[in-house]
Amino acid sequence: MSAFDATAERDIPRAEPARARHHAADELALKRIVVGFGFWIFLLSDIVMFSAFFASYAVLVGATAGGPSGRELFNLDNVAIETACLLLSSFTCGLASIGARTRNGLWFYGAMAATFLLGAAFLAIELHEFMNMIAIGAGPTRSAFLSAFFTLVGCHGLHVTAGLLWLLTMMAQVFAKGYRPDILRRVLCFSLFWHALDIVWVALFTVVYLMGVAA
Amino acid sequence: MSNIEQEADFGDAVPGDEPLDDHEPAEGVGSYLIGLGLAILLTLVSFFIARTTLVWEPSIPVALAVLAIAQMGVHLVFFLHITTGPDNVNNVLALAFGVLIVFLVIAGSLWIMANMNHNMMPMDQIMQMQR
Repeated sequence: MSAFDATAERDIPRAEPARARHHAADELALKRIVVGFGFWIFLLSDIVMFSAFFASYAVLVGATAGGPSGRELFNLDNVAIETACLLLSSFTCGLASIGARTRNGLWFYGAMAATFLLGAAFLAIELHEFMNMIAIGAGPTRSAFLSAFFTLVGCHGLHVTAGLLWLLTMMAQVFAKGYRPDILRRVLCFSLFWHALDIVWVALFTVVYLMGVAA
Repeated sequence: MSNIEQEADFGDAVPGDEPLDDHEPAEGVGSYLIGLGLAILLTLVSFFIARTTLVWEPSIPVALAVLAIAQMGVHLVFFLHITTGPDNVNNVLALAFGVLIVFLVIAGSLWIMANMNHNMMPMDQIMQMQR
């Protein structure tokens, strides 16, 4: 873990450079562990929140009130494209975090831009799907099943939207402030967030779409 | 301390940090490539199983659940770099606690609601009583 800049965050007295710099490097390495672990705890609590939405969806999936069921509404080809977008964006997000740690601008900005485009494509397809469903009278007010569907999938979509805004903020901050240790910690948290969203999507496309069409 | 570049080992790995010692970007890509390959494979199998008529139908949801759990494991190991190593004990324990809560919330809700559905008076009888 030699990618941390020992001198960037605090002033090192010139008189005792070796020991002071060593101390600063330790402190930064420790801080990165604490921040990463804290954000990991937050992500797990976010996943617990998603589990409540999954539970309500699973309970209400049969409550269609005479309206359309998932089998009639879901288009698996669209879902396959959405899944491909999000999976590839998780991969490019990993490349971006490597680019940030090695301070390679081409890798960082290129991979972040690719992540943004793939995430935006995912969001556009999802919004298009929502609009179509509402247009044919299968909006969230039609049945308890559709309320639960829009809550669960919409909550994931909101997370992706927030992630895209965060992504642009990180590109701007690295551009304006450079690869400072505090900025690199934020990039770390962003990449954890983005990977976690992809994990939630795996559960989502399986439980909602694939089981909805197969069962 | 003679080597000022060497950093102290705190015994904990940062969740999400790829093991990367060099300033060469290509070093850390391997794990992401393996993860991407496995995830694509599992996703393709999932989408195939959901639409196929080749397998016994009641087994499809179980197969889908197993494939999804496997894919989440692939994401955790190759994208989030959660390992079984001693420097990952805290990350794994936090994850285990999260999984426990997720299991309790989902299984508990389904169990209780199925029970209540089972015990509820059929709707036509409720209608009768309201006359």
